Amino acid sequence: MSMNEFKPKIVAFCCNWCSYAGADLAGTNRLNYPADVKIIRVPCSCRVNPLFILRAFQRGADGVILCGCHPGDCHYTTGNYYARRRMTLLFSMLDYLGIEKERTRVEWVSAAEGAKFATVMNDFVKTVTELGENKRLEDLRCKK
Amino acid sequence: MQKIGVFVCHCGTNIAGTVDVKAVAEALGKEPGVVFSAEYPYMCSEAGQNLIKNAIKEYGLTGIVVCSCSPRMHEATFRKTAAAAGLNSYMVEIANIREQCSWIHKDIKVATEKAIVLGRTAIAKVALNAPLTASESPVVKRALVIGGGIAGIQTALDIADAGYEVDLVEKEPTIGGKMAQIDKTFPTLDCAACILTPKMVDCAQNEKIHIYAYSEVEKVKGFVGNFTVSIKKKARFVDETKCTGCGVCTEKCPQKKTPNLFNLGLDTRSAIYIPFAQAIPKVATIDADYCNMLKNGKCGVCSKVCAAGAIDYKQQDQIIEQQYGAIVVATGFNPIKLDGYDEFAYNESPDVVTSLELERLMNAAGPNGGTLLRPSDKTHPHTIVFVQCVGSRDTTDCGKPYCSKICCMYTAKHAMLIRDKYPDTEVYVFYIDVRTPGKNFDEFYRRAVEEYGVHYIKGMVGKVMPQPDGKLLVRGADLLMNEQILINADMVVLAAAIEPDKSARPLATMLTASMDTNDFFTEAHPKLRPVESPTAGIFLSGVCQGPKDIPETVAQASACAAKVIGLLAKDKLLSNPCVAHSDENLCNGCSSCEKVCPYGAITYVDKEFRMPDRTTKIRRVASVNAAVCQGCGACTVACPSGAMDLSGFSNKQIMAEVDAICR
Repeated sequence: MSMNEFKPKIVAFCCNWCSYAGADLAGTNRLNYPADVKIIRVPCSCRVNPLFILRAFQRGADGVILCGCHPGDCHYTTGNYYARRRMTLLFSMLDYLGIEKERTRVEWVSAAEGAKFATVMNDFVKTVTELGENKRLEDLRCKK
Repeated sequence: MQKIGVFVCHCGTNIAGTVDVKAVAEALGKEPGVVFSAEYPYMCSEAGQNLIKNAIKEYGLTGIVVCSCSPRMHEATFRKTAAAAGLNSYMVEIANIREQCSWIHKDIKVATEKAIVLGRTAIAKVALNAPLTASESPVVKRALVIGGGIAGIQTALDIADAGYEVDLVEKEPTIGGKMAQIDKTFPTLDCAACILTPKMVDCAQNEKIHIYAYSEVEKVKGFVGNFTVSIKKKARFVDETKCTGCGVCTEKCPQKKTPNLFNLGLDTRSAIYIPFAQAIPKVATIDADYCNMLKNGKCGVCSKVCAAGAIDYKQQDQIIEQQYGAIVVATGFNPIKLDGYDEFAYNESPDVVTSLELERLMNAAGPNGGTLLRPSDKTHPHTIVFVQCVGSRDTTDCGKPYCSKICCMYTAKHAMLIRDKYPDTEVYVFYIDVRTPGKNFDEFYRRAVEEYGVHYIKGMVGKVMPQPDGKLLVRGADLLMNEQILINADMVVLAAAIEPDKSARPLATMLTASMDTNDFFTEAHPKLRPVESPTAGIFLSGVCQGPKDIPETVAQASACAAKVIGLLAKDKLLSNPCVAHSDENLCNGCSSCEKVCPYGAITYVDKEFRMPDRTTKIRRVASVNAAVCQGCGACTVACPSGAMDLSGFSNKQIMAEVDAICR
């Protein structure tokens, strides 16, 4: 492994009931995925404000992924539907602004799908790594 | 200014093995706001908790971060610790450096760096935490048990004994499960029906137990203490309240070609049926796939002969909604399908059977009335070969990587019973290992070998070849003698691996309960909380959690009942204080939040505001009912003016987390 190999910054929002538990299960089963993924626990995928995602890109994130319960299985009944609509709009706008669609993703991972969580993260990190650094929205004034 | 304490747990070597905990504690000690930082081998131990308590008191900490296992594991523990030291329990954040760091990364440098980032993210969040107070919610004093096998029956009986109402849901027309199909039980050889059916009758007679047979759980809403469950009562086409179980309809029904599923399809039954003599509830059911009346409207014999007038061809599925304080999963198992194992000729020859099929063949209520005969020509078999670990401990796609646990013992039981009843029959058992840990288990196996002369051969069977004369030529390896063996057998019995019932996975999704990669339900802690799911209010009974024999299943079922009783005995549960709240000064009363709220927790009130020019103005503003709000946060994003926020997961907190990760 070369020293200056690009390591992307990935923010993963995970809902408390399904995806965060899925991530825990991936851990319990010792399923490896890159350390570039850092998880933020939210009660529901619908808690994720598009502003949080803009903030992440502004602060230099290279990819943002939102994981929630499968459609129809939301702990709060309908939260993931709101998340899906909001993110569809936001991601197409970001794409229009030059932040590639591949840098953003919505995935459904249940509490039982530890293996899926690891697969999704491996794939997402690979995709973002291939895209390289994201400079489009990064605000250097945010950096110390 | 916050005074934050950081506590890094080694979790023995679980964390310390791949994360340099000293470096993490040191790095996090330099974060802004942190006044105390320490690491300790087991932070959840009494000594570890005392370390936290003492630091809170000594340094006057206003917030703590524990870098340890998942918050789903010990968040509640550390909240209690904080409360005991006089710190508000919601001033605690957990950095998950075990499940989401040390367990998935192997490189110490990489894992340590990530642990520091996760730690500083939690510090950034806790710096913005505000003290919260939990409110109370009532507990519905009723339990739901899903699955009516021996596990579900035992759990239901024990909960009912403590005086609570229990609903027992079973998808088949009768309760009893797999144990009802078994002939004898190891290691005592008592008859399964003789010990099971009295328990089934107890269930039926217990006033507190309500059996919903031929029913399935459709939908689950709510949370611990207050679940709302929709149960689909499938149409039996027989009125349960009228049917007396006399069985006349089953005799007169002209459609006798229906596969008898209770006997695993080894014989046939009528289209209207009672699964077995001791079925509970003892009510007939019409198999809609085979009934001539339901298929093409030509018959109606059962309706004519039924003295009670119980037949109802127009019966529809019925949905019943009920509230529960706790839910028990007891969905059990099935033997795996053997389609992937062509080498054993299971699909080719009727004389190759699974062990469960052998149970039915040997059972007095089975297709041959208890006489062991070859399914193909109904002759007495003189040589029987048992193959163990068919699909168990098999890492190929068609198999299961785990040990099914019960096969060694039931194979010894079968071999012994056959040798006892038919001493002229030679019995061979091919095994990889014989595993007999259990009370009187090894003695039982030794008896099969030493007293009953069963031939145990270490090795696997490579191929079973059906011969033109009806015999089965079995080619296997004897690893101890290092030679190939050929046996000319009359029957081959395959100890098929067991797997969780197919209904378990959709159910887990409904319950938001986690499962492992083999579809067994995950327990809250593998050693210390073996009968609870990590999802509060969901409990696990029997094989749905992992392979078990009957004594273990019953023990777990009773343990599970004890946990349910402990929950139902409480009058109030503390409810989640992480709910939405609106800033009246920012709210413009637009109703966006009300529209997205799934609970109807948001209403609007007219409020008087003092304006800068000393006049007053009445404005419509949102008001959140904290008792109804479940804290999903949908409203916080819908709010265009930024008035709505969520306690515990505020906009500022999440922004701070994002910043800390990207720093």
